[in-house]
Amino acid sequence: MPTATTIRRTALNETMRKYGGKMVDFHGWELPIQFAGILKEHEAVRKSAGIFDVSHMGQVFVTGADAFTLLQKTNANDLRKATPGKGVYSHVTNPNAGLVDDIIAFCLASDRYLVIVNAATSTKDYEWFKSQAGRMRVKIENKSEDYSMIAIQGPSVPKMFETFAPEALKLPRFGIVEKDIRGEHCYVSRTGYTGEDGFEITAPHSMINQLWEDMMELGKPCGIVPCGLGARDTLRLESGYLLYGQDVDDFHTTYESGYGWVVSLDKGDFTGREILVRQKAEGVKRRLTGLTLTGGVPRPGCKIFMDGKQVGELASATYSPTLKKGIGVGYITPPDLKPGAPLEVEIHGKRVKAEVARVPFHKGTAFNKGIGA
Amino acid sequence: MPKPEEVKYTKTHEWVHLGAEAAVGISDHAQHEMGDVVFVELPKVGQKLEKEKPCAVVESVKSAFDIYSPVSGEVTAVNEAVTIDPALLNQAPLEGGWLFKMKPSNPAEGETLMDWAAYQEFVKQAAH
Repeated sequence: MPTATTIRRTALNETMRKYGGKMVDFHGWELPIQFAGILKEHEAVRKSAGIFDVSHMGQVFVTGADAFTLLQKTNANDLRKATPGKGVYSHVTNPNAGLVDDIIAFCLASDRYLVIVNAATSTKDYEWFKSQAGRMRVKIENKSEDYSMIAIQGPSVPKMFETFAPEALKLPRFGIVEKDIRGEHCYVSRTGYTGEDGFEITAPHSMINQLWEDMMELGKPCGIVPCGLGARDTLRLESGYLLYGQDVDDFHTTYESGYGWVVSLDKGDFTGREILVRQKAEGVKRRLTGLTLTGGVPRPGCKIFMDGKQVGELASATYSPTLKKGIGVGYITPPDLKPGAPLEVEIHGKRVKAEVARVPFHKGTAFNKGIGA
Repeated sequence: MPKPEEVKYTKTHEWVHLGAEAAVGISDHAQHEMGDVVFVELPKVGQKLEKEKPCAVVESVKSAFDIYSPVSGEVTAVNEAVTIDPALLNQAPLEGGWLFKMKPSNPAEGETLMDWAAYQEFVKQAAH
């Protein structure tokens, strides 16, 4: 684990600076918060294309005869959905049904999985998988140090990939293909954290800067722009994607997070299942609920009120460049408020009118049916 | 509207164009540091402001920033245009992006503020 005094740099650090990235400390990683500006970057991803350094994300490889068994046991989602060449978004659950992490598990082959984990949790996840493996015939490797990762996101991205990776164009959402790029073994998946169609490429450090330049060149005709963490956050929140450590953690369950579709109760036993069975039957006491504001910009930690009484606080919140108003999500009790229900959010000591909103707040091209078909 | 050399600056990066009616805004350096401004909360006309006390809020996508009154006095006008189009603060912080005007109650207060050269030096020092 990095200490407070050591800051980690991705292999793309110099390139980020060259492109004008304003570097900040993000949970111990030096990453660009923005380049030309969050609004410009956000709009580029929604309308054409943007490119992100997401090398802080982790890669855990699970291989062996019992790879499937281990992942099936430790995940709330059904890994049978991840057939070779496909991935599944899932929650790794602890015995209390809290989240060890939220991940994407890609099945590369029936005995070989690539698990994309969050930056701050990669060591924790690795240790957790190892502790759960017991005598299973499985090899668990944390290769987060060995790989960089680039996300290329936006409606124009498929066009960019026509010549570069035609095999990737056929991928459905959450599909993955192994591909040699510039002589190195890479993983190209049709995934992302923006709500737009696009790809993420996991690649060795040695060629990542060149790959970034290749993408910039390929994206020139559609006006691709480098994007930072600022736009990454506004894009993911508009899309209703969870941020581990902020929206979910070891103490909130999948049902409470509003991601019930991730839970597959009928797949057989998995860690935390009994708790989830009970929560499903009894209902949750709090739920991560979306809201929009009429004025002002909500921030994480802002208190939420209903009928003058505090009912929760915001976990994630920001200005939505697409909706042009404040949006946020927070755990609210009562858990089943209907869209439109009036709320108030306290900003700088003042109560601002808000209302319950459907999540996702905005559906980009990633939500389209038939991607890759 | 004033040129950067014609206004005075605070250590909290506001500018004030001193006069019987003084205009107040944020410096170009400030808007650059804040990033895209998306919301502005202004004081009310008639409101009495105290030097170095918070009197307005500017919100960028990432953060909220308090604006401190450069001098004491009474608000005489506010720039509604920036509440409708907050991006004016980024585009023209010294022109269309002014925040409010005030009638200073103690002209001597203006003398403690930095001129353009001193402010540039201040920003340069702060970067180290």
